[in-house]
Amino acid sequence: MPTEVLMPALSPTMEEGTLAKWMVKEGDTVSSGDILAEIETDKATMEFEAVDEGTIGKILIEEGTEGVKVNTPIAVLLEEGESADDIGEVSAAPAADSSDDSDEEEAPAPAKAHAAASVPAEVKSNASPDWPEGTEMKEQTVREALRDAMAEEMRADELVYVMGEEVAEYEGAYKVTQGLLDEFGSNRVVDTPITEHGFAGLAVGAAFGGLKPIVEFMTFNFAMQAMDQIINSAAKTLYMSGGQMGAPMVFRGPNGAAARVAAQHSQDYASWYAHIPGLKVVMPYSASDAKGLLKQAIRDPNPVIFLENEILYGRSFEVPVLDDFTIPFGKARIWREGSDVTIVSFGIGMQYALQAADKLAEDGISAEVIDLRTLRPIDYDTVIASVMKTNRCVTVEEGFPVGSIGNHLSATIMERAFDYLDAPVLNCTGKDVPMPYAANLEKLALVTTDEVIAAVKKVTYR
Amino acid sequence: MATRKSAAKPNVSADELKKYYHDMLLIRRFEEKAGQLYGMGLIGGFCHLYIGQEAVVVGLEAAAEEGDKRVTSYRDHGHMLACGMDPNGVMAELTGREGGYSKGKGGSMHMFSKEKDFYGGHGIVGAQVPIGTGLAFADKYLGNDRVSFAYFGDGAANQGQVYESFNMAAVWKLPVIFVIENNQYAMGTAQKRSTSSAEIYKRGEPFGIPGQLVDGMDVLAVKEAGEKAVAHCRSGEGPYILEIKTYRYRGHSMSDPAKYRTREEVQNMREKHDPIEHIRQMLIDGKHASEDDLKSIDKTIKDIVNNSADFAKESPEPALEELWTDIYADEIPQHDA
Repeated sequence: MPTEVLMPALSPTMEEGTLAKWMVKEGDTVSSGDILAEIETDKATMEFEAVDEGTIGKILIEEGTEGVKVNTPIAVLLEEGESADDIGEVSAAPAADSSDDSDEEEAPAPAKAHAAASVPAEVKSNASPDWPEGTEMKEQTVREALRDAMAEEMRADELVYVMGEEVAEYEGAYKVTQGLLDEFGSNRVVDTPITEHGFAGLAVGAAFGGLKPIVEFMTFNFAMQAMDQIINSAAKTLYMSGGQMGAPMVFRGPNGAAARVAAQHSQDYASWYAHIPGLKVVMPYSASDAKGLLKQAIRDPNPVIFLENEILYGRSFEVPVLDDFTIPFGKARIWREGSDVTIVSFGIGMQYALQAADKLAEDGISAEVIDLRTLRPIDYDTVIASVMKTNRCVTVEEGFPVGSIGNHLSATIMERAFDYLDAPVLNCTGKDVPMPYAANLEKLALVTTDEVIAAVKKVTYR
Repeated sequence: MATRKSAAKPNVSADELKKYYHDMLLIRRFEEKAGQLYGMGLIGGFCHLYIGQEAVVVGLEAAAEEGDKRVTSYRDHGHMLACGMDPNGVMAELTGREGGYSKGKGGSMHMFSKEKDFYGGHGIVGAQVPIGTGLAFADKYLGNDRVSFAYFGDGAANQGQVYESFNMAAVWKLPVIFVIENNQYAMGTAQKRSTSSAEIYKRGEPFGIPGQLVDGMDVLAVKEAGEKAVAHCRSGEGPYILEIKTYRYRGHSMSDPAKYRTREEVQNMREKHDPIEHIRQMLIDGKHASEDDLKSIDKTIKDIVNNSADFAKESPEPALEELWTDIYADEIPQHDA
């Protein structure tokens, strides 16, 4: 049977075009790759090549015709042994496109966070103790806790390795990887050149190849060099491969402002990474959380962004003395119970939240303080349950105000607990400026305990 | 019509020649069909065809062994067919259907096969190069003797991460072959307009990485160079660079009118340097195959390609619930280390 030559779509957006010029005439023999016609698309004039071989039996659309719809038959091609008399068999109808009938089908239920704004009957807090009562505790710095977490996981699983700038012989620019080279050797504790884009991509490949990399960025400021590999390669491959392969790995390092290092070295990336489906994002405050969450991150089969803080590295906390303990993602911690206002924070923001709560107590205001600990997933239920009790909420973080985690929480609280609110949710954030160097300006740019107190007083109408 | 003389290659059997002919023709016919389905609106978005470059992947796959890995850019259909992935699954991914390699969620530029050690299919120019280097890092770490092929184009050769990869691969002696498929145009920019030195294979020299220029229109030359590179990597000598000069007959993508080069230039490559015609002529001249034998191969391939197109049209679109799956893994994927 003769083959219809159809008006082709020659760009992602073309629906119709002009058949500018025929390069063949009836009776011509053509083979694959020969130019049949010139077609003007919405973008350019394109040469249209033959796919099949044969003889041009009939030209159906004259050259110069405008507005020829994609898939309209424009010519008939005869195979060996066929003649123009066979052309009658070809139907004049354009070929049906079966792919565009899905518009009216019902969309699947939206994600949980976007559920209808109705007030839930009961929201239960997820918060619960992280270890059994009576567990022996010891004082440990965040730095030591992170090191112990890596060492324990590396002992348990030979596929886990650490790579980054100065992680081995120098023992970490911030001494977080102290002792690891001695114990695990240079095959598993790998000093890289200063090449963030390259080693982040290499680690993604190593994860595809079966390893479980821990990539240390000397600071997350430098991870911007590696952003394409983190987002496009690590976070999206599981989805793009239909679940066949992903990147089980951890990107970790200090994040946020340190002290007097100015704009390029002082930025909180929490909301950047939390924006990306496919990543998990952790930002611990205490040493026990740093340890339990890092062990969990190393075991997690997905790419995990683990945001530490230089100022917190040397801070000591109580850490449970247990052979192996982890903290699940998506479970907030209630540091302090209260009844008048909920203060939600994470990472170093917690120090302002806790200090504010202490001072507020002196004024007779009882603040409940929640540490989110993980930003993807976020433990919404614990926040909502608390807000339903206190009816007021203030969020605290160090990052920039636009598109902050606090903004997102405010929207979620509005959706899920609007009727419970006695005041607008207020967001305390870093200021909307690049970090200045001068000591007095730097202080002004950061979120402060006083600002948290002021926000709480505002929402409690004091 | 091939006018080029091929030196007799006594170490290549008739069966091998026939296999290369088959594998290259499969890619060509598959791509032509993909172009046709694109024209019918069944394939959307970007679609980058491999027509003209077939000898590169077929030659290198002939040099690879089971368990070796490969990763490439978005011009990836040929690589997938050459490493043995199912044409039905590839075509159905192009049409965005459930039966595609990524269940319709990846498309032309993002396909993967754990089973065939094909690690994508990457849409960002050059990003696959550190990833391929990392695959080699994993093999070295695990202590096996596998080799990884990191394919990229002459355009990607100007990305900084390529040189970051060269450096790390050389420092750590990683078993990775950097394959530069030089088709001479980075989208519409000719190599001489974008690239300071014509000899990209020499760009490994400062890193101590040996490089070789290869005629990419001759599958036997590619195979020979590939074997040398593989032997180098497998013996623990570190990375190797192959710059394979090739030519794409079609535009950069389906919507590229390719006005940056003359019709004559393309015709000259097609008529005088076509890699498939080259092997076809060798088979006939050497009396390794009759016209009928070749017709029978053509017929087999036509059937495979038509079946893949039918499959790709008939396979249903992914279920709407698929929007929400495969964002996070529950378990660590197993590997056979």
